[in-house]
Amino acid sequence: MFSSAANIAEKVDFVFALVLGISIFFMVLITTLLVVFVLKYRRSRHPKAENIRGNTALEITWTVIPTILVLIMFYYGWISFGFMRKAPPGAMEVKVTGRMWSWLFEYENGIQSDTLYVPYGKPVKLILSSQDVIHSLFIPAFRVKQDVVPGMTNSLWFTAQELGTYDILCAEYCGLQHAYMLAAVKVVPEEEFLHWYETNRPEATQEEVTAQEGASSAGSVKRGERLVRIRGCIACHSTDGSPRVSPSFKGLYGSTTTVITGDKERQVVVDDEYIRRSMLEPNADIVKGFQPLMPSQKGVVTEEEIRDIIAYIKSLK
Amino acid sequence: MAQPAVIESSTEVSFLQARGRFRGIFSWIFSTDHKRIGLLYLTGILTFFSVAVILGFLMRLEQLSEGPTIVQPQAYNTLFTLHGVIMIFLFIIPGIPAIFGNFFLPIQIGARDVAFPRLNLLSWWLYITGAILALASLFLGPGFADTGWTFYVPYSIRTGTNVSLALFAAFILGFSSILTGLNFITTIHRLRHPKMGWFNMPLFQWSLYATSWVQIVATPILGITLLLVLFERLFGIGIFDPAKGGDPILFQHLFWIYSHPAVYIMILPAMGVISELIPTFANRTIFGYRFIAYSSLAIATVGNLVWAHHMFVSGQSYTADVVFSLLTFLVAIPSAIKVFNWLATLYKGSIVLEPPMLWALSFLFTFTIGGLTGIMQGTLAINVQVHDTYFVVGHFHYVMFGGTGFALFGALHYWFPKMFGKMYNRKVATAAWLLTFIGFNVLYFTMLVLGWEGMPRRYYDHLPQFHTEHVIATVGSWVLVLGIFLMFGNLLYALFRGKKAPANPWNGNTLEWKTSSPPPVENFVHEPEVQVDPYEPNGETVHG
Repeated sequence: MFSSAANIAEKVDFVFALVLGISIFFMVLITTLLVVFVLKYRRSRHPKAENIRGNTALEITWTVIPTILVLIMFYYGWISFGFMRKAPPGAMEVKVTGRMWSWLFEYENGIQSDTLYVPYGKPVKLILSSQDVIHSLFIPAFRVKQDVVPGMTNSLWFTAQELGTYDILCAEYCGLQHAYMLAAVKVVPEEEFLHWYETNRPEATQEEVTAQEGASSAGSVKRGERLVRIRGCIACHSTDGSPRVSPSFKGLYGSTTTVITGDKERQVVVDDEYIRRSMLEPNADIVKGFQPLMPSQKGVVTEEEIRDIIAYIKSLK
Repeated sequence: MAQPAVIESSTEVSFLQARGRFRGIFSWIFSTDHKRIGLLYLTGILTFFSVAVILGFLMRLEQLSEGPTIVQPQAYNTLFTLHGVIMIFLFIIPGIPAIFGNFFLPIQIGARDVAFPRLNLLSWWLYITGAILALASLFLGPGFADTGWTFYVPYSIRTGTNVSLALFAAFILGFSSILTGLNFITTIHRLRHPKMGWFNMPLFQWSLYATSWVQIVATPILGITLLLVLFERLFGIGIFDPAKGGDPILFQHLFWIYSHPAVYIMILPAMGVISELIPTFANRTIFGYRFIAYSSLAIATVGNLVWAHHMFVSGQSYTADVVFSLLTFLVAIPSAIKVFNWLATLYKGSIVLEPPMLWALSFLFTFTIGGLTGIMQGTLAINVQVHDTYFVVGHFHYVMFGGTGFALFGALHYWFPKMFGKMYNRKVATAAWLLTFIGFNVLYFTMLVLGWEGMPRRYYDHLPQFHTEHVIATVGSWVLVLGIFLMFGNLLYALFRGKKAPANPWNGNTLEWKTSSPPPVENFVHEPEVQVDPYEPNGETVHG
């Protein structure tokens, strides 16, 4: 019922305990009076009712006491909320992008990840933006939630206080796969985080791949595979031919497919140009039998990344 | 004052048997008799309610296991949208005012009908038109909306489902609500019995009066908002979609400027019903009449100023968060005052536990849980955790179903003998109440727990840590549905086979109990005496 996984959680749970306590008190009071009155003044025991029209002193009492109590509850809710809304200076910033139906976490050194890694005991500030519709980033164990709204940036912050892995959920309904827009936050010791942070720098991974495979097509395929995962492509496109809301990548390249362009049906062969266009102008040609759901990736993917993704799709025979 | 010049032979016939200009079904759907219109609404509203109960039941069934259980995600998203749209727009907003307001508002103030009987019929036709359009969107085009009843942009602008028709239906239903409000306000002002002052009115009238103002003031905003979304969908005008330069937060403000006051449209008439039931079955006058009356007006006023508490995590300004939280706390106070006055009305009464009273007493319990969980949500820090989770779902079912729904069932059992002249089986009614009450709490209290633990609403599937609670909630829904259908079955049976009911089976003191069951077309054969205190058993009458 209570959580201490993050500093925010302790603040929220304190307020919750306070309001819950007051609520239980009133529930017990009201239910007890109700039952006692019904038993004591039931017709068989109390056949003659008394017409009591009111009592001003009582009315004042049960107006003033609840007023004081609600002001107290309001005050504590406000104080904790103010704390949640103000990230301490120097908090580590992570850019979060929400899109149907996955999350992307980008660090200051350029790391892109589908899992949020945070160091234990350090304040972290998430800068939230959306590529398509409204989402909401929710970490129940940390008691944090903030809508992710297209056209504006929101933010939230926390300091994780317990090592472990916690759920990240989307809390604002965002369509078909809303219930599967899940991710995880991993709280690791600071040294471990710094190690991860250094070894996963984009330049570092680039070098690694280059060293291993050279700037060959194999390297491109490998980068493409990583990209479709962290950029959320596989939320809709499977890589093994299984049906999802969008066409599978498996066996896609080189196949002939029926698309609807404007109002007309036409046949196209899936080639580099077609895939490129599908990413940048996804609503230009809609594959027959599918919904126009995909957000444009213009400005999101670079030309090199497009080449890597195409190389990967090509490899899925 | 002299006896009114009424021709007895024409008015003694009950409104159910009276012959008007039309025959058969037309004598109903073209009737301007407020009582017949009330029963038309009763039929429509309870039919839609039953449909939406089944949709809710199916949603619970889907949550019985992890992964797909009975439907696919798209169907589930449509289910909760349809459940919400029907329950909100076709059941609970018209609900008590359209059924019992239409039937009893004129009778309780000693009038023959509402001020504008034809407008009243038009309201019903608008209601039916809106309902048909909403249901037609199920079968026309790409299927019913999958946006949730809140139609949040930009999703509602982008989805391929038939959102436009559903929005247009809600727009039409809004007009029905506005016209009913207008009619009721005029009726209360102009057609009260000449001897009945404002403070001689039953409290149900006060609650309908306050509700009607909210209907008139707030509903046009919903209308214009839905039209703007329609324009955006049809003509691509960028009002709300940020991709076209619009603002999605603006939509949320406009939507809740209506939809939060709508919550008071739903609950105020229920409070009015409870204020009728408790004094009648405690066989004494109500405690704190004026405080209950004024608190209705206070709720209707402050209730218009709390809407942005639905948006604490949306990214609106911090100042707005704090101000709206404070106003939300303030609106809790008049509700608390009502609960205390109802409780005090039990004190030194002579209480009879007839089925309507059981609904009223259970209302006090469930509505208080609804109110207290509402306070939790109004508390800024707690709101962050529970916003858009099952906690919210549990909370508004405690208020809307445990509050308004229970009051509506109480009203149905209270006024059924008056409306139809038949009495139902009270033992079966009590059993149905007990099942409903138990099932209700198992289902929705579990949802409160789930929500606090972090289960988001509108999820097709659930994570393993939420599984046990989901199973408990689903079992609760079975008991609940059993109770509801037992209740309806009992009443339907009574409608055809029930024993004849007397004019005043509960020893009520308000004017509807001073005419026959069912009432004559003109409502009263002899002009009724108006009491100074509407609830005092055999109380003093107004002279002069």
